[in-house]
Amino acid sequence: MEKFTTLSGIAAPMPLVNIDTDMIIPKQFLKTIKRSGLGVNLFDEMRYTQDGAEIPDFVLNKPAYRNAQILVAGDNFGCGSSREHAPWALLDFGIRAVISTSYADIFYNNCFKNGILPIVLKPEEVDVLMKDAEKGANARIEVDLAAQTVTSSDGQVFSFEVDSHKKHCLINGLDDIGLTMEKAASIDAFESRASAQRPWV
Amino acid sequence: MSPKTLYDKIWDAHVAHEAEDGTCLLYIDRHLVHEVTSPQAFEGLRMAGRKVHAPDKTIAVPDHNVPTTLDRANAKTMTEDSRIQVEALDKNAKDFGIHYYPVSDVRQGIVHIVGPEQGWTLPGMTVVCGDSHTATHGAFGALAHGIGTSEVEHVLATQTLIQKKSKNMKVEITGKLRPGVTAKDITLSVIGATGTAGGTGYVIEYMGEAIRDLSMEGRMTVCNMAIEGGARAGIIAPDEKTYAYCMGRPHAPKGAQWEAALTWWKTLYSDDDAHWDKVVTLKGEDIAPVVTWGTSPEDVLPITGVVPAASDFTGGKVEAAQRSLDYMGLKPGQKLSDIQIDTVFIGSCTNGRIEDLRAAAAILKGKKKKDGLRAMVVPGSGLVRAQAEEEGLAQIFIDAGFEWRLAGCSMCLAMNPDQLSPGERCAATSNRNFEGRQGRGGRTHLMSPAMAAAAAITGHLTDVREMM
Repeated sequence: MEKFTTLSGIAAPMPLVNIDTDMIIPKQFLKTIKRSGLGVNLFDEMRYTQDGAEIPDFVLNKPAYRNAQILVAGDNFGCGSSREHAPWALLDFGIRAVISTSYADIFYNNCFKNGILPIVLKPEEVDVLMKDAEKGANARIEVDLAAQTVTSSDGQVFSFEVDSHKKHCLINGLDDIGLTMEKAASIDAFESRASAQRPWV
Repeated sequence: MSPKTLYDKIWDAHVAHEAEDGTCLLYIDRHLVHEVTSPQAFEGLRMAGRKVHAPDKTIAVPDHNVPTTLDRANAKTMTEDSRIQVEALDKNAKDFGIHYYPVSDVRQGIVHIVGPEQGWTLPGMTVVCGDSHTATHGAFGALAHGIGTSEVEHVLATQTLIQKKSKNMKVEITGKLRPGVTAKDITLSVIGATGTAGGTGYVIEYMGEAIRDLSMEGRMTVCNMAIEGGARAGIIAPDEKTYAYCMGRPHAPKGAQWEAALTWWKTLYSDDDAHWDKVVTLKGEDIAPVVTWGTSPEDVLPITGVVPAASDFTGGKVEAAQRSLDYMGLKPGQKLSDIQIDTVFIGSCTNGRIEDLRAAAAILKGKKKKDGLRAMVVPGSGLVRAQAEEEGLAQIFIDAGFEWRLAGCSMCLAMNPDQLSPGERCAATSNRNFEGRQGRGGRTHLMSPAMAAAAAITGHLTDVREMM
């Protein structure tokens, strides 16, 4: 997993609430057995017409946002299915951070496994950054994970909370499975205990 | 000992390791696997030279991509990319030695229907699957939730998940349901009341007389949609109905082990003075047969209602509601029961069990679907299909003009050939009415199986109580 430390990038505004995983990556693109290559289909049904032409009004089709690395989104971003194809598609497009007031639980966890930082801010703070993002490519938003801050293009600084374990893994680009395997003795001990107490499992 | 919720008890029984910051390794008793969210996880194991830690606790079944037409044994009924995914699961199940129900097996079906049916899901277990509707298994008093593919790989490799505990939310449905009101109406009404993010950060325990009165099938329908309310999991304390459902299933314990299990299962309830971080109470008698009008499961109204206007909402929901109305092709003030439909879909992990088919068949018996309407029933498993045939339900559907299909996820998410066309409007017993969910441009109204059957007869959304 790629490390996440700091990011200074163009932010695309998507104020719609409840943007679901079917919007982020429609089901026809889940038939892949790879993790890469989904960026071209990110937000596919909002981004392209049925015959594949770009819809010019869609934010990521506008010249200013084609290289966006941050999304500023409405409440409850990523609701719906558990498909990790959603963060894979975001990452493949080049998105490394999302800013919203809230996320669906599974999507939120999936982001951290893929080097994407989902940032939770207060509604009034998201409003400021949404307006900032609407200014286009000249307005760069800065994210500093170590300091847990987001800085708007005009220098307003907002702090965010993040779980210490998730932060540690993201900053160092750590593989969860490797870390857990270091605790194999605890897992073995649990299995011995559990199989005595609940042998039917 | 301090009082605990049911969730607290199951959690405590499964913590294999706890770090100082409260991050836990939660041990997983059952890992269910399907073809769409697992190929990258198995590939990850191969690349790292890792094995499946507990193949005996890992159960796989293909469901999302599989065609449900009777000719599906012919591989040509699948698109190439679907076939590659199903074949990858065939191979991964064999290579890693996990339990497997291939497409050709009569027990194949939707993973969340097969798990309980085969007795893999039992009270007090931790159950995960790379699918958000894993919440279904909470109906047994199991802690069950969806995970992403990286977590699938993590569970395959270590049989644990890195977790922090969620908060406790109680949803109580008091009293009795009125005639024509079902588990689906309960679960949709709860989401209508709390919103799709109302449960975010929580595990919901459903309780109250109306929940106790539900069958296991009904309880699965309720828990299935906990995720649509944003909750990590939904759970219902086990009782005599739960034990009766589990007893004698192929993978349920037998003899002395059954007795030992039962002794533990009977301790699985929330203590009277347990702490709840959030409480929602609905009166059973206030719940009506409901339908969704928009493109979020929270867009729920009684069938007697009218389509709302965007201006009825506040904040970001105004824009979202307008977008939903445009997408759904509806006008504010229009009576919900005037909405004409093109298609009826009965099935899915929400409503593809035998009781659902019985409820729909009871409405359809001796009647015909409206001319020109497309209607299909997709049983949740091969065994549900066989039982429905034995009970004569299949014939009722066929006589009513429905297609009688083989088991799979089908038109719930349209990864197989069962899809809506742009503008096609569907009365569906599934769980999501998102834009494009059932096919690009398709319009989905969620409802109970009885309501979907009523709509099939009239050709428009219909109050099933008028047919009872």
